[in-house]
This record gives sequence, C-alpha cells and structure tokens, in this order.
Amino acid sequence: MDLSLLVIVVIVTALAFDFTNGFHDTANAMATSIATGALRPKVAVTIAGVLNLVGAFLSVEVAKTISSGLVDDTQVTPAVIFGGLVGAILWNMLTWLFGLPSSSSHALFGGLIGATWVAAGADAVKFGAVVTKILLPAVISPILAGLIALAATYLAYRITARGDQATVSQGFKYGQIVSASMVALAHGTNDAQKTMGIITLTLITAGALPSGSGPPFWVIMSAGLAIALGTYLGGWRIIQTLGKRVSEIQTPQGFAAEASSAAVILASSHGGFALSTTQVATGSIFGAGAGRRLASVQWGVAGQMALAWLLTLPAAAIVGALAAWASSSGTFGTVVVAIVAIALIAGIYAASRRQPVTADNVNDVPAPTPTPQPAAA
Amino acid sequence: MHINWGALLIVAFVSFGSAVGVVALIAFALLGLSARAGSTTAGHTGIAEDGSRIGLSPTAGTLVAALCLLAAAVIVGYGLWIIIG
Repeated sequence: MDLSLLVIVVIVTALAFDFTNGFHDTANAMATSIATGALRPKVAVTIAGVLNLVGAFLSVEVAKTISSGLVDDTQVTPAVIFGGLVGAILWNMLTWLFGLPSSSSHALFGGLIGATWVAAGADAVKFGAVVTKILLPAVISPILAGLIALAATYLAYRITARGDQATVSQGFKYGQIVSASMVALAHGTNDAQKTMGIITLTLITAGALPSGSGPPFWVIMSAGLAIALGTYLGGWRIIQTLGKRVSEIQTPQGFAAEASSAAVILASSHGGFALSTTQVATGSIFGAGAGRRLASVQWGVAGQMALAWLLTLPAAAIVGALAAWASSSGTFGTVVVAIVAIALIAGIYAASRRQPVTADNVNDVPAPTPTPQPAAA
Repeated sequence: MHINWGALLIVAFVSFGSAVGVVALIAFALLGLSARAGSTTAGHTGIAEDGSRIGLSPTAGTLVAALCLLAAAVIVGYGLWIIIG
C-alpha cells in the first residue's frame, strides 16, 4: 500500500475516533444539567460542542506520545495506530449501544497496546506504565471524585436547608451551567489533544513532519471540529444512563457532581496524572446520588459500569491486535479491516434504532424507586 | 514502577478543597440570597420548615452572597487559568 494512502486512512480513522469520543463523552459534562432541567438537551449539547472546540485550542502541549509512554514509541507504525484506533472505535460504539459510560481514553490505550503487542511483541508494551498510568488512576479517580461529590452534596443540602427552596434550586441551576461548562472545556482540552497527538505522530512517522513537531493548524482545527461535532450530536443513550438511571438527580447534586468532576480533572491535569474524564464524571454522579439519600442510588447500574470499565482495556486490546495483525499484511488487509469495521459500526447503529434515545426522550425514564432511608440532609 | 504518592495526595487534597469549597460558598450565597428573597416574597417569613430562622437581614444576606460568589468566582477563575496556562 502506498504509505501516503495509509497515512490518510489513519488520519480519517483518528478523526472518526475523535468523533466517537465526543458523542460518547457528552454525558460527562451535560448529563446532570439535562436531567435536572438546568439546560434543555439541545442547548446543553450545543454549549458542550462549542466549549470542546474552544478547549481544543487552549493548549499546545500536544503530540508528546500517542500512548503516554505505554508502549515503545519506536515500534509504532501507521498500521499499529490504525489497528489501535479501530479497536477503540468499535468498543466506544458497543458501549454507547448499551448506554455505558466507559472510558474513550482507555479504549484508545487498550487498542494501541494490543496492536503494538501483535506488531512488536510483549516487550514493546510497558506494563509498569500500564499499572501506574491506567489501572491505578482507574481505581482511585472515580472513588476520589465520588467521595468529594458526596461531601459536597451533603454540605450543599445542610447549608441550604434553611434557605428559600425556590431561590436555592434556581441558584444551583445557574451554578450547574457554569460547572458543566467547565467540565466541557476541560474535556475538549484533554481529549481533543489525544487525537491531535495521534495524527501528529502519524505524520512524523510517515516523514511528513520533522521529529518533535507540534500539530499543524489544520490538525488542531480538524480534531477540534470532530470532537465538537460528536459532542453536539450527543450520546443520548449515555446521557440518559448517567442523568436518569443512576439516581434522581436534583440541582444541588448536579452542581456538586460537576464541580467535583471539574476539580478532580483540572487538579489531576495540573499534577500530571492522566485519568479518564468519564470515570471521574461517573464517580461524581454516584457520589452526589449517595450524598442526598444513600438508597436512591442504583448500585446495579454501577455494577454494569464497573464491568464495562474492567473490560474496556482488554476488549479494545483484542480488537486492536486483530486489526493490526490484518492490516500488517498490506493493502488488502487494511481494506478488509476497514470494511469489517464499517459494517460492524453500521450494525451497531442499526441496532440502536430499534430503541432510539434522542433529545426528545432522553429524560423519559421512570425515577428510581428510593428505599426510605434517613436523608443526609 | 514508580508511583508518586505525594503528588497524588496533593491532587486529592486540592480537588477536595476546591470542589467542596466552591459548593459550600455557593450554598452560603444562596442562603444569603434566601434572606433577601424572604423580604420580597409575599408570605415568606424567613422561618424555615423546622421553625428556625435564617437569621440574616436582607442587606446582610446580599452582602454574604456577594462575598461568597466573589470567592467562588476566584476559585473558578483560577481553574480556568490552569486550563489556559
């Protein structure tokens, strides 16, 4: 296969992943705002889309490595990147179909690890970094975010218990708009950068850019637009899960959850810890649910999410490995992988149309039945 | 395999402090605004459901709300500065 054609295929695939990353993660910022009515669904995803695009331009610290040191960079080829992206996209689509907020970042890392393993052997995978950069944050960050949101929610209800409830509810609604916007902005900055890094490294490995180059403007713009467009279209199935199926979220809880997510994401980024915005946002929502009334949280849903989180890395790795193995055989293999991936994505989309979730019915979920239990406030 | 537990603890404390701090500040601001709302809403007595009073005059409530909102805005602004920086 002509290298330039492979590079083009990888760039298009990277932008496709960026798009899925956007609609998969819209819920991180906007699920609770939509659930509480602080923002109308279409308005919420529009704000999130715009702020993701803005966020993509806020940082130039891009393209350090496509895998944050998880694999031996010298072994990475366009075919490996292509395989990793295919694994990540398919896992994102599958979890979207089931409305599960799994980590797009972990799907990408898993895909790349699997593809690299097949292409260069197990020695090319830095398992120590996998533990410290993926597994440890995956365990700690949602628990930390959940505890913070729990404490914040408890305080919010305690402090405002003697206030005018109309004023309190309206005030937290306005607060939610700000806090949700912060999360959306942080998401655009973090996640759009990953795709920019992938495209930039692909261009470097293909000799189209000198080593150590930053992303060209068209890369920043295209990655920003892809994630913004995906965010705008809204992953309504996941928004419904996080906004309505975890707990019946009220405005103080929504504000506390989003403030906790924003604080953890920003503090971690500043401290140099890579984490999944999805897992942080999910942990926060569960914490906020527990902060008001412990029994109102649907822990069964939490179990499903935990299972998806556990499976994300290995599942994406297996698909990434298969895709990289097939692609490494040349043009025919790459074309076959692309056709199979497109067919699977079309099948997943067709399956989703049987029970469509849209902006019009995203909040049409019966409230979880709370068990009478002493409230925190 | 090296894990920087010190930096991790700092991140945890900063996250906890800033998030809980902002939520508490906004909650106090809304409590202050509730006192103000109580003076303008017909039928509102400034007495909570449990019989206790909010305990702030409308002026004091507005002042508390303004100060709390300002403090929260400073924290949020610092967060934005971190993103852009």
